[in-house]
Amino acid sequence: MSKYFGARAAVVDLDLKIPAGLCFAMLGPNGAGKTTGLRMIYGAARPSAGSVRVFGLDVARNPRAVRARLGVTLQENVLIEELSPVENLRVFGRYHRLPEKRLGARVEELIDWLDLRSHAEVPVAALSGGFQRRLAIALSLVNRPELLLLDEPTTGLDPAARQLLWARIRELRAAGTSIVLTTHYMEEAERLCDRVAILARGRCVCEGAPRELIAERLPREAVEVDCSAQDERRWFTAPGSPDRRIRTGERLIVYAERAAEVIERIRRSDGGELRPLVARPTNLEDVFLDATGTVLRESG
Amino acid sequence: MNLSLPYAWSVWRRNATLYLRTWQWNLLPNFFEPVLYLTAIGIGLGAYVSRMDGQTYIEFLAPALVCVAAMNGASFEVTYNMFVRLNMRRTYDAMLTTPLSPDDVLAGEMLWALTRVCLYGGGFFAVAALFGLAPLPRSLAAVPLIPLTGLLFAAIGIVFTLHIVNIDLYSFYFTLFVTPLFLFSGVFFPLEERLPAGWLWLAEALPLLHPVRLARAIFTGRLGWIAVWDLAYMALVTPLLLGWALRKARRRLIA
Repeated sequence: MSKYFGARAAVVDLDLKIPAGLCFAMLGPNGAGKTTGLRMIYGAARPSAGSVRVFGLDVARNPRAVRARLGVTLQENVLIEELSPVENLRVFGRYHRLPEKRLGARVEELIDWLDLRSHAEVPVAALSGGFQRRLAIALSLVNRPELLLLDEPTTGLDPAARQLLWARIRELRAAGTSIVLTTHYMEEAERLCDRVAILARGRCVCEGAPRELIAERLPREAVEVDCSAQDERRWFTAPGSPDRRIRTGERLIVYAERAAEVIERIRRSDGGELRPLVARPTNLEDVFLDATGTVLRESG
Repeated sequence: MNLSLPYAWSVWRRNATLYLRTWQWNLLPNFFEPVLYLTAIGIGLGAYVSRMDGQTYIEFLAPALVCVAAMNGASFEVTYNMFVRLNMRRTYDAMLTTPLSPDDVLAGEMLWALTRVCLYGGGFFAVAALFGLAPLPRSLAAVPLIPLTGLLFAAIGIVFTLHIVNIDLYSFYFTLFVTPLFLFSGVFFPLEERLPAGWLWLAEALPLLHPVRLARAIFTGRLGWIAVWDLAYMALVTPLLLGWALRKARRRLIA
């Protein structure tokens, strides 16, 4: 599918097959087309070209049938601030036409499951950001969706609140709910998701399981070090130098199968001086940098 | 059309739930406004007016103010309140993550605006009746004009709301549209006596003129053929505007 707003391309030829029962991430920086992609999945945006099928149904033709079976947490919390979490959930449940009795039971269940009990009857305006986010997610679960779409579920949350949400998302996934989320946190995609699609400027640049993407595209380890361009040339001119490097300002990231060899090369060249550096496993962030073409490739 | 009344009803219930929480702040100002006009102008200014069309001035004013109450009730709901739901609180974005269609959302909002119209218009009618200004039972025939006027002005306001992106433009809507209508639609004086004959046909375009003329004719029991034109105007213009609102809502809500 593609989506244009006037001359601006928000999504270009995005072609994804998302298997049921998995947790799938659309990963990318702000403006990459993640939200527009998500909106097309649940039919709130119409593709300029192409089509979307959810549960085997064309969303544009069967929006009601599709949306009855999915839940969406929008990027911004849309809550009725004057009402309590319980009242918000009831209002939302009615959009799904849940019978009042079943709705009542479901509301209680969600209040407990997302740890909202202590503030269940307090106006939403008085709740903290973490509470409000959990309530927004509770709203999207009120109809027991088979597919949950989460637009940046943990942006702006503190680490504790983020961990709690991650645990809940894992539980949902374990219980068989399919999940599609957007995020610009590489860590979130890596730790939570079975598969990721990396988006940049409206296009999907690569897609696969996080571990596989990393293994396919880059050596296993990375060394980060602050240095000048001269330092870099001095360290890596000898034959057999690692040729996968990215520079952002003063920061240089060097990829190699064994970080220790890179460190040793730097130390030797520095004449034993202990320059601060970080060695770590290669991660999705590196894949993103590589895939969007910002990796400096130099043959030695 | 992709309209389901039970879904539209859930939109109505959302607004009603919120309204019940804050009704003290909403109900009173809107309700008192026409009552204030009635007393200040009807009793105050009216004391200097001997007879108006064969009635006391306050009797002349009362049926028109029923329609004004309906116009105001509709206008306030579908302007600022709806703008906030559409653009600021993103209420409709959230609704469209559920089985609700844009048609359901619009219908629910319309039903809700009509509910408030009936509260204000009906409330004012009751006050007028209490003061003996609505001759019973014949003035009861004017009660259906309350939702009809409300529907017309809700449609106008919704079309405006769906087209603007800046909430400040409502000051134009009220100062250049609603207030002039209020002043020049035959509410305070018979238009045909003060307007040069050559301009009278133009006044027929004013949407508030028609319910006001109908209401007054019903209150005084002097229904003439012009009532057919007044009804026809409302029966034609309202659906046209509703169709416009619907097309625009679909485009606004599903981008």
